[in-house]
Amino acid sequence: MILNKEEQKVYKKEIKDVAPKTKHISTLLRAFFTGGTICCIGQGVNQVLGILLPSLTEEDRGGYTTLLMIFFTGILTAFGVYDHIGNFGGAGSIIPITGFANSIVSQAMEHKREGIIFGICSNMFAIAGPVIVMGITASVVVGIVYLFL
Amino acid sequence: MKNQTVLFRSPVPVAETATIAGPKEKEGPLHAYFHYTLEDDLLKQDSHEHAEIRLHVGVLKQLLNRAKLSPQEIDCAFAGDLLDEIIGSNFAMRELDIPFFGIYNACATFGESLILGSCMIEGGFAERVTCSVTSHFATAERQYRYPLELGCQRTPLSQWTVTGAGATLLDKNATSKIKITSGTIGKVVDYGIKDANDMGCVMAPAALSTLRTHLQDTGRTVDYYDKIFTGDLGYSGSLLLQKKASETGIILHNHEDCGNLIYNRIAQNVESGGSGACCCGLVFNGYIYDQLQKGRLKKVLLMPTGALLSKTSSLQGESIPAICHAVSVEVIE
Amino acid sequence: MNVFIDYLLVFAVGGGICVLGQLFINYTKMTSARILVIFLLIGVVLEACGVFESIKEVAQAGITVPITGFGSNLAKGAIKGARENGVLGAIVGGTKAASAGLAGAIFIGFLSALVAKPKSKGVK
Repeated sequence: MILNKEEQKVYKKEIKDVAPKTKHISTLLRAFFTGGTICCIGQGVNQVLGILLPSLTEEDRGGYTTLLMIFFTGILTAFGVYDHIGNFGGAGSIIPITGFANSIVSQAMEHKREGIIFGICSNMFAIAGPVIVMGITASVVVGIVYLFL
Repeated sequence: MKNQTVLFRSPVPVAETATIAGPKEKEGPLHAYFHYTLEDDLLKQDSHEHAEIRLHVGVLKQLLNRAKLSPQEIDCAFAGDLLDEIIGSNFAMRELDIPFFGIYNACATFGESLILGSCMIEGGFAERVTCSVTSHFATAERQYRYPLELGCQRTPLSQWTVTGAGATLLDKNATSKIKITSGTIGKVVDYGIKDANDMGCVMAPAALSTLRTHLQDTGRTVDYYDKIFTGDLGYSGSLLLQKKASETGIILHNHEDCGNLIYNRIAQNVESGGSGACCCGLVFNGYIYDQLQKGRLKKVLLMPTGALLSKTSSLQGESIPAICHAVSVEVIE
Repeated sequence: MNVFIDYLLVFAVGGGICVLGQLFINYTKMTSARILVIFLLIGVVLEACGVFESIKEVAQAGITVPITGFGSNLAKGAIKGARENGVLGAIVGGTKAASAGLAGAIFIGFLSALVAKPKSKGVK
């Protein structure tokens, strides 16, 4: 038995009545706190790098910061800590570059048992793949547009 | 068979049950009713899928031990789980010397196996039948949702897949007073919900449809039963079922949900409750069977509910159909 | 004192971006992949319009650590490539500039997977 569109709408409304409400304020505050903290850590890493290696250009410093942040995430994910941060922070831990790294590392770990080639390598980008595809496509589009400017 | 309901002329005795519960279930309120509990959900295997296969082998061996039977004395086994191509059951059965039917109705598999097993016995085709199911949090999470280590939040409607295995032995010649008296075969119901985190609300209409059919076919009312147990509607799904039922004039005052019973919903942080093929498998074979034996419950209607989705169907924009089977289990002196 | 205000800005902007993402999650039930793509594209667009640099002056890591920074890197590289190297630069420039993040994530992902096993949740 399949309901028609009208009846489906009515049923969806009924679900809304019984479903527990998402705690908006709490999730937003936690996202703010987690996201802000991760960005501050990034800022800190960047400044420390500036002090330790003053010869680096600003761009290179940014590159090293990204690498270090990703490295930390890899370790936290491998030790099973990042999923707890994610459960607490929601978007606060997804949107920073650490979330991107976590999506790659967690997928790779999950599929370890299917072997290195067909497990780890081919499943690594199940979540992060769209980001890379869209990102690179967008960059090529921007590049081509700027050719004519 | 009357409409959708099979009424057994000679009710089928439930001879023995066996359960293995995972570590989180062990911390839940029903821990005292499980026959065996695990410390670790990996069982020293190298993947959670292997662990689930061990669970299935383990629960069937335990069942045979408790009933003091050898595998050769079982006429056939009905078994299922949630893994792709039900490999949990298929691979478990290569170690046991029992003729085997693999079945799948998602979380309603246990109900399906009880009805099929009872029909085999009632029809005179078999004397002893086992019905078993397993589910595992880690394998289900990976198959239907996200990797374990991905940082993401669980939505308030999501449910926690039960880790465990449950098995029931139906024996024509057993002296057990606990008998299966009827079974209502559910129809697939689709209310157009697409949210794969909202299983309870997907399955509630299926439960209601089967419940109404069952009451109609048997001419019983809700009051006939001491308790009506749904499979894994969870907190919100149960509320929805009770509300929809009262709209059709059925007051479900004796309704319980296995998904609500198995965990301490707030303290164990499981959002809307438990789910999974083995949710009702553990609660029936552990808790309900015990209550029936002690005479605290006499007439019970078990209604395992299943959401029939796959990852592919969800991605292709399909809504989630659901099914519910009802089995009435009674103490007959 | 200046440092304190710097960090306050980083915290506020970074947190603000994440709050925006959380609003998306709460109201539209989007998954991680969609959220990441949206914010990445926001970064690309901001950079392409030339606004990103001025935000970065103020917010620093607050806007570069979120995935918007990755997007901006891609766009910046593509623009630079297009100006210096013509067609080839326009196509490879973006990937070149973002390769630190990509290569790093792939490498550490591969290593962690070789070493560590995923753990089941909820069991203390």
